[in-house]
Amino acid sequence: MSKRTFRVWRGDKSGGEFKEYSVEVGPGMVVLDAIHRIQAEHASDLAVRWNCKAGKCGSCSMEIDGMPKLGCMTRLGDYPENHTITIQPMKTFPLIKDLVTDVSWNYEQNKRIKPLQPRPRDADGEHRMQQDDVERTQEFRKCIECYLCQNTCHVLRDHDRKDAFIGPRFMIRVGQLAMHPLDTEDRIPAIRDEYGSGYCNITRCCTEVCPEHINITDNGIIPLKERVVDRYYDPVKMLLRKISGK
Amino acid sequence: MVDINELQTFEHDVLVIGAGGAGLRAAIQCAALGLDTGVVSKSLLGKAHTVMAEGGMAAALRNVDKRDNWKVHFRDTMRGGKFLNNWRMAQLHAQQAPDRVRELEDWGAVFDRTPDGLINQRNFGGHRYPRLAHTGDRTGLELIRTLQDHGVHQGFATHMECKIVGLLKDGDRIAGALGLWREHGRFVLFKAKAVIMGTGGGGRCWRVTSNSWEYSGDGATLAYDAGAELMDMEFTQFHPTGMVWPPSVSGVLVTEGVRGEGGILLNNKGERFMFNYIPERFAPETADTKEEAARWLEGDKNARRPPELLTRDVVARAIRSEVQAGRGSPHGGAFLDIANQRPAEYIKKKLPSMYHQFKELAEVDITKDPMEVGPTLHYFMGGIRVDADSQMSKVPGLFACGEASAGMHGANRLGGNSLSDLIVFGKLSGDGAADYIKTLEAPPQVNEDEVKALVKHCTDILNREEGPNPFVVHEEIQEIMGEGAGIVRQGDELSTAIEKLHQLRPRIDSVKAHSASQFNAGWHEALDLHSLVTTGEAVARSALLREESRGGHTRLDFEGEREEWSKYNIVVSKQPDGTMLARKEERPDPPEELAKIAHAKIEDLEAGNV
Repeated sequence: MSKRTFRVWRGDKSGGEFKEYSVEVGPGMVVLDAIHRIQAEHASDLAVRWNCKAGKCGSCSMEIDGMPKLGCMTRLGDYPENHTITIQPMKTFPLIKDLVTDVSWNYEQNKRIKPLQPRPRDADGEHRMQQDDVERTQEFRKCIECYLCQNTCHVLRDHDRKDAFIGPRFMIRVGQLAMHPLDTEDRIPAIRDEYGSGYCNITRCCTEVCPEHINITDNGIIPLKERVVDRYYDPVKMLLRKISGK
Repeated sequence: MVDINELQTFEHDVLVIGAGGAGLRAAIQCAALGLDTGVVSKSLLGKAHTVMAEGGMAAALRNVDKRDNWKVHFRDTMRGGKFLNNWRMAQLHAQQAPDRVRELEDWGAVFDRTPDGLINQRNFGGHRYPRLAHTGDRTGLELIRTLQDHGVHQGFATHMECKIVGLLKDGDRIAGALGLWREHGRFVLFKAKAVIMGTGGGGRCWRVTSNSWEYSGDGATLAYDAGAELMDMEFTQFHPTGMVWPPSVSGVLVTEGVRGEGGILLNNKGERFMFNYIPERFAPETADTKEEAARWLEGDKNARRPPELLTRDVVARAIRSEVQAGRGSPHGGAFLDIANQRPAEYIKKKLPSMYHQFKELAEVDITKDPMEVGPTLHYFMGGIRVDADSQMSKVPGLFACGEASAGMHGANRLGGNSLSDLIVFGKLSGDGAADYIKTLEAPPQVNEDEVKALVKHCTDILNREEGPNPFVVHEEIQEIMGEGAGIVRQGDELSTAIEKLHQLRPRIDSVKAHSASQFNAGWHEALDLHSLVTTGEAVARSALLREESRGGHTRLDFEGEREEWSKYNIVVSKQPDGTMLARKEERPDPPEELAKIAHAKIEDLEAGNV
């Protein structure tokens, strides 16, 4: 066991500051363990969200030395021994207190996505899908809704265009439905007009921070953008639309 | 003093407490029946402990092995539960699980497929046939996301990050609940005609547990304080395979799916020790040579199952015995090897979360090296005693489903029977609540004094000048339970644990938290302590009374199952003077038809003779 110092953001929407805490750390410890130790020993009112402590629930999202990460999956051993680790809340969402932010906007976005509209079942009452066909959609369903991708997305983080773009998390959520073998809904108009697919400029920052290693940009957003382009910007189709007036 | 008229108030027909698989499925059912429904969750929506479930949900879909049917599933469940299950619940579960699983597909669930395109099913401990519908090793996430995404379009209200601090009654019947917003510490009054508890278990009474912080036994304690009975509380499931190293992740679950996919358990001498721990009851259906186990894994339907897939209680005790005998792994567990059983690509595909979990938290590549695993407190078979068909407790209007309720799993739960339990009994509790509400003539009225007393109890913690640190007191509870009511128990140690928990109560009543009411971790911890100590006491008292070893309850001073005890459940209730009473209650005789199925020879069941 040895001591390590952490700079932790303390404050609420009226303001705050970094405070330093030193706690004993042991082998295999992760950032969330250190936060719990700070709570138990120095600051019982330090606010942090967490649940499963195994990278499966996506609750303990935070910015560790400036990188969006899960506190429970970030090992202290990955940082130099005498280095002071800085921990702060996600920047993109309104601060509630300390490391806890108001992520309710994300829940509102989820409600905007139309649920699966499955085709009828086969005559024997079963749905049949091939494993190859469900794998793309299963990749997106690995999402644990940590919102680190939302936090990182320039459109949401730097330009605060939450009014215009639904964000990478919900692009793959709608993508998952659009690529679902059973779905019968035409989702392309909404992808362009309601969810703002055009705002993403494919910098892949969301993909980089995904703790589930989902290929958000290449497997999710780009194919959706392509479908939008095929539908609306194909020159032949554009010409036909002009002629037919549709 | 609070004025009840100034409290933020929601009125619902049904208030569902807990937003895991059981709570969400209950809420979906209530909404489908036209009831005004609200769901309260301690965390954000979609974070409940259900996400931790990995292996799958058991249902006799018959997609992989046509010999399966509800009767075999029922028989497996009863045998796994050491015949202490509620017969009717085990029957309902086995019969209804397939429809509940199929309906999830229409709501967006994407299970792994068979070559024919149907829902694939995997092998699991105690299940005769491949029976677990699964999505890789993250089936719990698949379930909760499916219910969440479907649920948000069903018109029920969700009240996130709200802790229920007490149930409210109008005379004998339920009238609502008082909650506390974790965000800003203000109180909220829920008036409701019926309340459904989908609150899970109480694993945080122990230090080494797979459970998240939410699992503080709130549901059992709230119901107990409101006059409901608890049952089977001595049956606590220690999952055989939790991580043991590094210390900060000890207890984190390693899915049984590893063994279902062919993983084997080894001691430090490299011996596959499970062959030495096959109980008599399971011997006719368990492989006794490595060669036969290997044939089973290759799909030979005439081969018997490997001993690693015996029920969880058996495997957990075996690992503990090996460690005690000095044959454990370096960090006090056993080795779980899949690397030498399956190709690396197969492992990554079938067990992706395990691959990442070990890689990132323990720096172990499970496609190359064995994992170190040991028992971890995982699940409460016991909980709120409910009627098998309606899911209503002894308190009119108070329902429970999923892990929060008792009966379905008896003395030991089979892996995979939990996720299916959630959706079967979640739905039935919604039906039960709707039926109950129809019988109400006038809506129940909330008692103002009850509300005021609850508010005072909660705010006293902030207003005290000084008092014990709630985090420290929680650790004390965990120490007492670990020492006195762990994986193996003894009468004198249980008595000591009960006495120590008792002595802790005045300290719990005087804990102090920092005065900030906003997202105050110390305060929330302080508010969970009453649930933790009450749940712990219920476990210890029940365990002391049951003088035998059965399923998730092992007594060193009373080894083995005793025929006499198969006739009793242990029921816990609150006495008028506030003390806890645990008593034996005789079990009714099973319906003849069900008894016949449960005790049938497997060959006769397969041949359709029963």
